[in-house]
Amino acid sequence: MSEKNLKKIEELLELDCSQMLCPMPVIKLQNQIKKMEINQGVKIICTDPGTLHDIPTWCRLHNHEILEIKKIAEPDRKIIFYIQKIGA
Amino acid sequence: MTIKTRRAVALISGGLDSLLATKVILDQGIHVEGINFYTGFCVEGHTQAIRKQEEKKQKRNNALWVAEQLGIKLHIIDVIEEYKDVLLNPKHGYGSNLNPCLDCKVFMVKKAKQWMEENNFDFMITGEVMGQRPMSQRKDTMPVISKESEIFDRLVRPLCAQHLPETLPEKEGWLDRNKLLNFHGRNRKPQIELAKKYGFLDYAQPAGGCCFLTNEHYSAKLVDLWTARGERNYELDDLVLLKIGRHIRPRPEFKLIIGREEGENNFMNGYKKAMGYFEIISHMGPLVLVDGKIKPEDRELAARIVARYSQGREESKVDLIYRDALGITHQLSVKPLAQDEILESWYV
Repeated sequence: MSEKNLKKIEELLELDCSQMLCPMPVIKLQNQIKKMEINQGVKIICTDPGTLHDIPTWCRLHNHEILEIKKIAEPDRKIIFYIQKIGA
Repeated sequence: MTIKTRRAVALISGGLDSLLATKVILDQGIHVEGINFYTGFCVEGHTQAIRKQEEKKQKRNNALWVAEQLGIKLHIIDVIEEYKDVLLNPKHGYGSNLNPCLDCKVFMVKKAKQWMEENNFDFMITGEVMGQRPMSQRKDTMPVISKESEIFDRLVRPLCAQHLPETLPEKEGWLDRNKLLNFHGRNRKPQIELAKKYGFLDYAQPAGGCCFLTNEHYSAKLVDLWTARGERNYELDDLVLLKIGRHIRPRPEFKLIIGREEGENNFMNGYKKAMGYFEIISHMGPLVLVDGKIKPEDRELAARIVARYSQGREESKVDLIYRDALGITHQLSVKPLAQDEILESWYV
């Protein structure tokens, strides 16, 4: 991740979707991004491995950028996405 | 003079029919965006993500996959709360299980119409095929959907349009009726051929459609839940838990949800703060959630059932803890029930 992007991450909003199953994390992300300004970022915390497919797909379809995906191993089993709103 | 690009909203379930219907319309130069409604009963979500034994299977939301194949935007809309009224009070009744298919379709088309108007779209498309489904896709029920949803002739069913009256987009010349299709009935061959022609290979074809309410076993578990609680209501977590584990109700007041494998146990761990549960200490065994309240006199029975599902099932004593919904921990040491002591009628 570039330094420019890192700076953006410091200002990220956080969305905790732990224990939610797809498509709920995608719906939460979609609704959050609707409320955000272009270039604003969001950090979304998930536990459903299905999000590894669904969140990047949704971002590609709507032209938003995934800055980073962090996978935290067991016992937490969390997947953290850092996303920047690009498309309208 | 510029010609206005017409805009259509497509109901995308994630199955083959809505994929093909949308492709047929895209090929006519229409701008299409998809809508997918999440009722809580969609086969798409939930269990595929939970079970460890299915870990190697690709986990994806098929509606999103379809949208990506088509190169269209997909809007997923949470209708869980609104859908309760559709399920609990269906004007047109249920299908063979708790599936209110006709009311469901009317509801979805009506919701999509609202979205269509708010976002300046011109018409709507669905993947319906006349004669394909016994309740909502019949010659006599398809007009009911257009009428009750008040979409009227702005609803196009591209896969069987040639069997239906001309719609507004056809009358206005936005669509060429000759390029719409004439599929009919339950035979899936025409769809499979068309998919092949378009190069769509990896599409989903869930048995029984895309809704858990068509599933007999799932519907029975939902009825059991309502009976036990004395009211026909539910939350999303209830729907999720009905898809997980083995359900045993030895008393009307409580049900045990027994994890069947590691993936389910891991997922069920997330409910330990909100529900009572059993954990086996002396042997390997599943996590067991308790839905409802166990009376003190039934605690030992519940523990003996739980112990039956541990690796100590043949032992004379299994140690476990029961943490009730109030957070009070009870230590128990019990003899596991024998297999034939678990009554058939207890299985939900």
